[in-house]
Amino acid sequence: MAPTHATPSHPETSGAGVAVAEPVLEARSVSKRFPGVVALDDVSFALRAGEVHALVGENGAGKSTLIKVLTGVYQSDEGEVRVSGEPVRFARPFEAQQAGISTIYQEVNLVPLMSVARNIFLGREPKNRFGLIDFPRMNRETTELLDGFGVRVDPKRPLHTLGIGTQQMVALARAVSVQAQVVIMDEPTSSLEPREVETLFRVIENLRGQGIAVLYVSHRMDELYRICDRVTVLRDGRHIHTGELAPLERMQLVSMMLGRDMAEVRRDGLTGFAAEGHDAARTPVLTATGLDRRHQLHDISVELYAGEVLGLGGLLGSGRSETAKALTGALPLDGGEITVDGKRIGRPTPAAAIRAGISMLPEDRKAEGIVPGLSVRENIVLAAMPRLSKAGIVSRAKQDRIVDIFMKRLRIKASSPEQKVGELSGGNQQKVLLARWLCLEPKVLLLDEPTRGIDVGAKAEVQSLIDELAREGLAVLLISSDIEELIEGADRIVVLRGGAVAGELAGDEVDESRLLEVLADHTPGAVPADRTPDDHTPGAAPAHPVPEPGGKVPAGQEDPR
Amino acid sequence: MNKTTPATVPAAEAPAPLKSAPSRPEPRPERSTGSRIGELVQRQGVLAVLLTVILIASFVYPTFASLDNARGVTVQASFLAIVALGMTLVIITGGIDLSVGSVFALGGVLAAWASQWGFLAALLVPLVVCGAIGLVNGLLIARANMAPFIVTLASLLAARGMLLAFTDEGATTYLVPKDSAFAELGQGSVWGFGYPILIALALFGAGGLLLQRTSFGQTLFAVGGSSDAATLMGLPVARTKILVYTLSGLLAGLAGALNAARLSSGVTIVGVGMELDAISAVVIGGTLLIGGAGSISGTLWGVLLLAVIQNLINQIGSLNSSYQSVVSGGFLIVVVVAQRYLARSRRTT
Amino acid sequence: MTTQATLPRPAKPLARLRDPAWYQEYGVYAAVAVVLLFNALFTEHFMTADNLRTQLVQVAPIVIVALGMALVIGTEGIDLSVGSTMALAAALLPLYLGYGLVPALLIALLAGAVVGAINGTLVSLVGLQPIVATLALFVGGRGLALVMADGQLKQIVNPDILALGTGSFLGIPTVVLIAGVLALAVAFLVQRTTFGRQIVAIGGNRSASALSGLPVKRVLIGVYILCGVMAALAGILATARLTASDPSSLGTLMELSAITAVVVGGTPLNGGSIRVLGTVAGALLMQLLRATLVKHDLPDSTAQIAQAAIIIAAVYVARERRSR
Repeated sequence: MAPTHATPSHPETSGAGVAVAEPVLEARSVSKRFPGVVALDDVSFALRAGEVHALVGENGAGKSTLIKVLTGVYQSDEGEVRVSGEPVRFARPFEAQQAGISTIYQEVNLVPLMSVARNIFLGREPKNRFGLIDFPRMNRETTELLDGFGVRVDPKRPLHTLGIGTQQMVALARAVSVQAQVVIMDEPTSSLEPREVETLFRVIENLRGQGIAVLYVSHRMDELYRICDRVTVLRDGRHIHTGELAPLERMQLVSMMLGRDMAEVRRDGLTGFAAEGHDAARTPVLTATGLDRRHQLHDISVELYAGEVLGLGGLLGSGRSETAKALTGALPLDGGEITVDGKRIGRPTPAAAIRAGISMLPEDRKAEGIVPGLSVRENIVLAAMPRLSKAGIVSRAKQDRIVDIFMKRLRIKASSPEQKVGELSGGNQQKVLLARWLCLEPKVLLLDEPTRGIDVGAKAEVQSLIDELAREGLAVLLISSDIEELIEGADRIVVLRGGAVAGELAGDEVDESRLLEVLADHTPGAVPADRTPDDHTPGAAPAHPVPEPGGKVPAGQEDPR
Repeated sequence: MNKTTPATVPAAEAPAPLKSAPSRPEPRPERSTGSRIGELVQRQGVLAVLLTVILIASFVYPTFASLDNARGVTVQASFLAIVALGMTLVIITGGIDLSVGSVFALGGVLAAWASQWGFLAALLVPLVVCGAIGLVNGLLIARANMAPFIVTLASLLAARGMLLAFTDEGATTYLVPKDSAFAELGQGSVWGFGYPILIALALFGAGGLLLQRTSFGQTLFAVGGSSDAATLMGLPVARTKILVYTLSGLLAGLAGALNAARLSSGVTIVGVGMELDAISAVVIGGTLLIGGAGSISGTLWGVLLLAVIQNLINQIGSLNSSYQSVVSGGFLIVVVVAQRYLARSRRTT
Repeated sequence: MTTQATLPRPAKPLARLRDPAWYQEYGVYAAVAVVLLFNALFTEHFMTADNLRTQLVQVAPIVIVALGMALVIGTEGIDLSVGSTMALAAALLPLYLGYGLVPALLIALLAGAVVGAINGTLVSLVGLQPIVATLALFVGGRGLALVMADGQLKQIVNPDILALGTGSFLGIPTVVLIAGVLALAVAFLVQRTTFGRQIVAIGGNRSASALSGLPVKRVLIGVYILCGVMAALAGILATARLTASDPSSLGTLMELSAITAVVVGGTPLNGGSIRVLGTVAGALLMQLLRATLVKHDLPDSTAQIAQAAIIIAAVYVARERRSR
């Protein structure tokens, strides 16, 4: 909690372009502390009517905290929030909404079991003359509203039966329909398809035209440059820069976010991976053929060689995580076969996959990874417990030995092995999970978004660890939405789209433009298929399944009931 | 019980290629008939079971189908129904209220005691006290963030303790004055159907409107479906929870008062285990115990089903009355397991 | 609970009393000590061997049931059927005593295992919520017990069974001895065995445990079976002490007493942690409190209200810790 001297660069320093208007929403010297962390440190920021303002920063920069302070989820410890020049203090999100600030969160924050119309009108349902909810009118207005967004769904359908993208559009419709002065969007495109992104941008243009201020949080550079007028950069809870976006060079913006010298960024790349690739073996360790699961995976075949990092690319919803989960037996399959070292896994279950030597670091660290109430030690040995016990009785000595090795090797920062994992930082939690899987001495390591939500330092450490593991002969499958990480980390990239293999990049093809091409291109066969080590032709992979009208429940995985 | 945030929609990586195409002006996507039937069965399955049981029983036991018997069954059921109504609302918010049985008993004793000062006192005193117990439950749950299960478990004990303190450890039984207006409330009838039945029906009607057609009702669903989302949407989550526990307390107290009026006295030993009967009825009625979905009508059928089973076992003279709970327990398992599988198959079709 | 959390532990002993974590950790033992101290000073004939023995004998069945309940609660579950399971065991006991003591005991324990297996299956394989799953057997179990016993109270005359209830070993009543041994066994199970650690992990994060290859379903079923068997054992011991099998009233409200003991003992209801010793202390605290009030001629009503207050206080303290 050292006092910091952030240059309090004034929000109004850059005058050009947009006519300087009275800020509709303003934060003045806002600070917010949590036990052990200063999430926001003297941050000032102003949002003008009719502008689209980008808010950028790495994870942990304080973007979410700032948004939560602006929308009344948190109360600031110091400083004040002003709406149209008037100081306000929101005790609850409700009050912020009353003041005309409406928010779309990254994860859809609607009620899954309720209908589309009910979700949109929750808390402000149209009433008939008896004071009762007028459902016909509510459904009619919902249809009209959603038509404006190019979304056609039955307003009476339960929300959870829709695809995530559609749900996000419903959230957007709700946010926009409340006569807001300010619309805050936190990573709104992370689950949208390109077509939906276009719709979103049209809506944003529309809002700008109406003089509504939009605060737009995103990691996607091209989106920011397309629609945002100004940008504010946060780093480590401090305000770094506010100004016009267009004149700012991309590299400059990135280096401000990372706090690294531009030259350094150019030289090292943005990740902790070494520049050179790895020498892969000749025979695959893991072969998966024809993985099939209704509505999710379609005839996916992947081969993974010892000593290589295979990237699994694709947009959100392309089936990356599902593929990884299928490989570890966590997602039941309708068809397909998985072999490790030539031995077929009979009925894939997590236990069987672990026995065969497959380990997976799941995407959602909190929900599927750590057991927060248990110690670092117990989290590390969780999967290996049967191996470290005799006759069902755990051996502390064996555990301590393993734990000690991995805490040192991964440089896990904890006060002791007995500290609760829930008290560690995100990066250290992630390292604990890596240790959990590495102590099983796997042959294949599947990493689903291994660096998401951890700080820059830990991110580089994890990345160089991945490098090192592959060099030691482990077969690594890397899933990442971070394009840089994927390109610099992987030797080869298999791209998924709509639950099927859409293409593969190997060798020199592994670069950003080629990857984006495959990610975005919908015409099958656009990718040369000659470099694939196996005989299936990715370009000719079955085109995406015919989209079901209206979408489907995310079946399987977690049953909401 | 409060932590079980249902894994609602797996946030990331959901099957994606599945959304409507904005460009194509195709007919609005409709759900398949199969899923609709599944939903109907899930929603009205209990009613079907109830009707089937009644139909078969009427053929086999002519005495069952008599109007007298129907009156008896429904009056008996009306008290549990009123309690279960409040329980339904609480469960829809994802909570639970274990205190209703004790509050029911307390309400009865208070009503009987207060009936010496007339009709109004006999109703108001239990309502105020029981409403206050509900309010305290709600405050502890919503403001102090304590688990509903444990808070209402404590108030179950506390209400029972208050009841004992008030009746000299159960030694005193307060009587409702004969032929008073209050006694009439419990014992009188219109066309042979006792007032408790009519009151219960009126309350269910009002409860249905409240749940389905008011913002408060929608908020109950939202709070149960996703408390975090409801907060972020600016809904008054805490206030809604406080209100719903207060309502549950009020309804349990009212049911107790009516029961006292019917029995002409404040019986101290009633209501033990009633909370679990109410929960059974609610669950059989198709309301999800994790909250976010449910219906008032289902609860009514659930209560009636339990009552009919009890009555039938009495009709079958040869059976020992203990079979009643065996059958009820069996029904509970069958219904919830069936619901579970229906919900599952509906999701994967 | 603001920035203080990052400071080192307060050194002054008095400051500890302001630290909610301290209450969470030691509150229940301190409360037991306070109650004992109070009685030593102000209650006649309380701290006598006779009285203490009586208290221990009375609390033993609750402790046994609460131990099983603690395991279930550790998995983020709950078992409402324990009281009915006690009744079932009690009802079966006299039916099979004709075949000898051991078969009768085994049958009664087996009934508990079956109840637990049904509960566990409904929870883990069918995926029902524990409250609903165990509610069915709560309702049905006692009915079944009454049906089997024909609703009758049966005298037990078998001397071996009676010895279980009244006998003692080295001056310690057998019942208390059994409860003590079980407490140690469960503590060992939770702390030192793979199964025990898996219970805690599953309660702490079920999907993480499943992805780590833990046999989640098997562990869940096992936990409910253990809880059922312990409840059945408690039913046998309680029957032995009563010298009669009384399925209509044996174990009524036991689920609430057991849950109370577990919660007061500091095990959180949302799983991921099991405090075995705390559970024993929790049961003891409630027992001693009741006894104290009785000795001071305070009525049952006061006892119930005091219990309610203690439950609320215990959960309130636990809540403080969680929000840190």
